[in-house]
Amino acid sequence: MRSINSIKDLSLQEIDALVQTAEDIIARPEHYARKMAGKKLATLFYEPSTRTRLSFEAAMIELGGHVIGFSEAQSSSAAKGESIADTVKTISCYADIIAMRHPKEGAPLVASLNAGVPVINSGDGGHNHPTQTLADLLTIHREKGTFQNLRVGVCGDLKFGRTVHSLVDAMSRYDGVSFVMISPEELKVPSYAKLPLKERGIPYTQTTDLAAAMPELDILYMTRVQRERFFNEDDYVRLKDSYILTPQKLTTAKKDLIIMHPLPRVNEISVAIDEDPRACYFKQVLYGKYMRMALMMMLLEVK
Amino acid sequence: MNIDSIKTGIVIDHIKAGDGMRIYNFLNLGEMDCSVALIKNASSRKMGKKDIIKVDTVPDTDLNALGFIDPNITLNIIENGERVRKYHPELPERMTNILKCKNPRCITTTEQELPHVFILTDRERDEYRCLYCESKAPAL
Repeated sequence: MRSINSIKDLSLQEIDALVQTAEDIIARPEHYARKMAGKKLATLFYEPSTRTRLSFEAAMIELGGHVIGFSEAQSSSAAKGESIADTVKTISCYADIIAMRHPKEGAPLVASLNAGVPVINSGDGGHNHPTQTLADLLTIHREKGTFQNLRVGVCGDLKFGRTVHSLVDAMSRYDGVSFVMISPEELKVPSYAKLPLKERGIPYTQTTDLAAAMPELDILYMTRVQRERFFNEDDYVRLKDSYILTPQKLTTAKKDLIIMHPLPRVNEISVAIDEDPRACYFKQVLYGKYMRMALMMMLLEVK
Repeated sequence: MNIDSIKTGIVIDHIKAGDGMRIYNFLNLGEMDCSVALIKNASSRKMGKKDIIKVDTVPDTDLNALGFIDPNITLNIIENGERVRKYHPELPERMTNILKCKNPRCITTTEQELPHVFILTDRERDEYRCLYCESKAPAL
């Protein structure tokens, strides 16, 4: 039995296999419609989420399985002070697999150490969110046709943006990839998140200038400056509008650039860009569902 | 207690002068019933001054964790009045309930009964990270 807490829990071969499964699901969904018949997914969401919870639920339903769970801590026994260990031991009696989101970092790991069924970390505070990274990877694979020889720009909140750290870690495992990290000084990528780049000798540059970096990018991954990651409201207000993508800024971009964003966005990508064929952030949402289908099948060893 | 010789216990030598009390507290020696000697500012050819601790029993605590406090200290294990082992404690791969995670976003802040576990992530830099949130370990 195996759980997934971080994208690092998956080898390159496993990620490739998940991408292949997801591609096959997209190509012939009817073949997968009964794969999880009789299986139950428990979504244990201790904080609000639109995309991730519904994506997991849709994924299980499309595989022919069922869904139970809760979508806020107040409607679970956590409100009475039950520990995560006790909660997941209980849920393991009802469900075949658990998807957990929790505001505290490491909570899904605690769950995986105590559950009798696989646990998928569906976001633990600012820490890990591996299925978002899987969605990102399938998007890159489908839109660029490869993971290799790409110049990846990551922009916005690179300090607290967990999706950026995971994507950088995952993409740095492929040949010929380089990074441009675009952020205000206050929100630069922390040194520990750059370690995989240093260890693997991957080229990267850091800049505060989005416009200057634009022409060379194959991928532009935008992130939201998140209010909940700041202790200080003044810092949030001062930095949140630093990097807003507008049609004007895209005039120097490559024709085959892909623009990605983990969503939800606030105002960092102008809605005027939504109609641009290079905008891929709603495709990411769709692809995320397929990767969650593939991941649940892998963890439950469903062929 | 005869400070020069103990029957079964440990002698922690080459403690940086001034750090003796930290190790005394870390090993909870104040709570022990056995004889304990803390010698401060002993003269040392190598170090100039050093602290030494002698304990007339082998404490239950993972003594290798002393390597995290100060990798240069020497640990002598005494049995039947004889020194049977002398070594620099190696950094343990894992420390449980020795350090507390200080990250306010870590799950250990709300789940009070969870053990605080730190994993050695970089031996060259003596770097430990919390098992749960991967924050760097605080200094002891």
